[in-house]
Amino acid sequence: MKKYTYTETKDTRSGFGAGLLEAARKNPNVVGLCADLTGSLKMNAFENEFPERFFQVGISEANMMSMAAGMTIGGKIPFTGTFANFSTSRVYDQIRQSIAYSNKNVKICASHAGLTLGEDGATHQVLEDIGMMKMLPGMVVINPCDYNQTKAATLAIAEYEGPVYLRFGRPKMPIFTPADQDFKIGEAVMLNEGADVTILATGHLVWEAIEAGHILADMGIDAEVINIHTIKPLDADAILKSVKKTGCVVTAEEHQMNGGLGDSVAQLLARKNPTPLEMVAVNDSFGESGVPALLMEKYGLTRSDIVKSVEAVMKRK
Amino acid sequence: MANTQELQQTVSQVRRDIVRMVHANNSGHPGGSLGCTEFLVALYFETMKHNPSFDMDGKGEDLFFLSNGHISPVFYSVLARSGYFDVAELATFRKIDSRLQGHPTTHEGLPGVRIASGSLGQGMSVAVGAAQTKKLNGDDRIVYSLHGDGELQEGQNWEAAMYASAKKVDNLICTIDLNGQQIDGSTDEVMDMGNLEAKFTAFGFDVLVEKDGNDMAKVVAALAEAKSRTGKGKPVCILLHTEMGHGVDYMMGSHKWHGVAPNDEELASALAQNEETLADY
Repeated sequence: MKKYTYTETKDTRSGFGAGLLEAARKNPNVVGLCADLTGSLKMNAFENEFPERFFQVGISEANMMSMAAGMTIGGKIPFTGTFANFSTSRVYDQIRQSIAYSNKNVKICASHAGLTLGEDGATHQVLEDIGMMKMLPGMVVINPCDYNQTKAATLAIAEYEGPVYLRFGRPKMPIFTPADQDFKIGEAVMLNEGADVTILATGHLVWEAIEAGHILADMGIDAEVINIHTIKPLDADAILKSVKKTGCVVTAEEHQMNGGLGDSVAQLLARKNPTPLEMVAVNDSFGESGVPALLMEKYGLTRSDIVKSVEAVMKRK
Repeated sequence: MANTQELQQTVSQVRRDIVRMVHANNSGHPGGSLGCTEFLVALYFETMKHNPSFDMDGKGEDLFFLSNGHISPVFYSVLARSGYFDVAELATFRKIDSRLQGHPTTHEGLPGVRIASGSLGQGMSVAVGAAQTKKLNGDDRIVYSLHGDGELQEGQNWEAAMYASAKKVDNLICTIDLNGQQIDGSTDEVMDMGNLEAKFTAFGFDVLVEKDGNDMAKVVAALAEAKSRTGKGKPVCILLHTEMGHGVDYMMGSHKWHGVAPNDEELASALAQNEETLADY
């Protein structure tokens, strides 16, 4: 089993900021829009280097989304930046009509997703965003796991033609994926091969899944750990191949159980290869204020919750 | 450049197209479409520089965005009569497998449509975005948009208006179709919007008021005047007073024909009032 090490932790939103700057240097059509959260989204470096390509829209997210759709007409590639909550639920109709249905090349970049936003509480801790966005026809949904992967994903979506939802967050996470990775939209990343159980994780839960794999190894359970950074399109081949080998699955995500990665995997497996499945996710509940690590514990989103779910699912094989 | 009489002939044909399209499906929105016919004909046959061979990016062209997408019949007729697609395709309006959806969309690839609209209040933001891109591209053409008056009850318009003036989006001409009607009654009854001239002025627009939006010469003149006011640091707004249902006597001035189709007898009456000038589709 591969041991992933790290020397540094960083927030995934900083990976977005770095990726946006690099994408803008590569392609003069990349433009950025932000709704009064430039610092929070780490868009400052982009703004400083390309002030004429940065559009401060103030606290008016609906206007930002439809404006971004309009900006594509004439060849621009708009990246919108605000919190995940204000990138999705607040502006769902604007995204649905002006971006998704109109098939506009807009990149909806969403920070502070999930419980790890922490102290600001449930008003800001969107846990439904993946579900809302994956339901929109044609929308790509990506939730990378660390700084390097978020940066690589940002560069990759600039090259991709079509609407994308890129979800990232606030807490500092171990940086364990390669700086020079070639991010392929829709392609799962095998982190550790195993024979007894498949663990499919996305976003911040990927590191927890890796750690859970080591705990399980000590317990004599050989877990396969896969990073599903793209929830839509889902890498069905990778998932089906893995579960055929292991015969059971645990999914892990910082999102509602309804509508998240686990829901997508359940749909796939029910249709193609019915397999025992357990989901590590928020169970039909809003979050609350608190230190991120304590919230993750309280709402059952830690490595030990993954371990418990593995034990449960293996009994069902 | 067309003269007013030629434009008027096109208007008459477009009005025939509108009532025939709506009648054929027993669905659609004739009232607002008829009221905005002079405006759209003026825009596409006189004011705008545009290319019916249609390219989505529209670089070097004036662009138009219809925010109140329910008046799709007038939009489709004017696009077809301008040469964006064959007028025969108007017969497919609202039917299955058609590019002429109930509300305009890019989804089926209809030439001339650059954004989906129908869910109200989004078009001004879209137009502002397209206008910003024109500036980035060094493209000095103008972005036009049309909005219903009832549509202004959607708050997003005012977000877009605030942005447009704060950021000096002065290559933008937003026209408001002031017909004073919405589904549940007059705009004053449903949600009195007060003094819209004062509101747009306060939001930083250069505002023109045209009291007769169904007088072709006046509409053409208002658009020319609006265009002359672009490039001066302010977005431009035309408050265009129109009459819902204009050109069909029994529909005129009433909200009842917002989204109701004429029956056979009513169609015959409407057609009798609008001469066939360019051959029916």
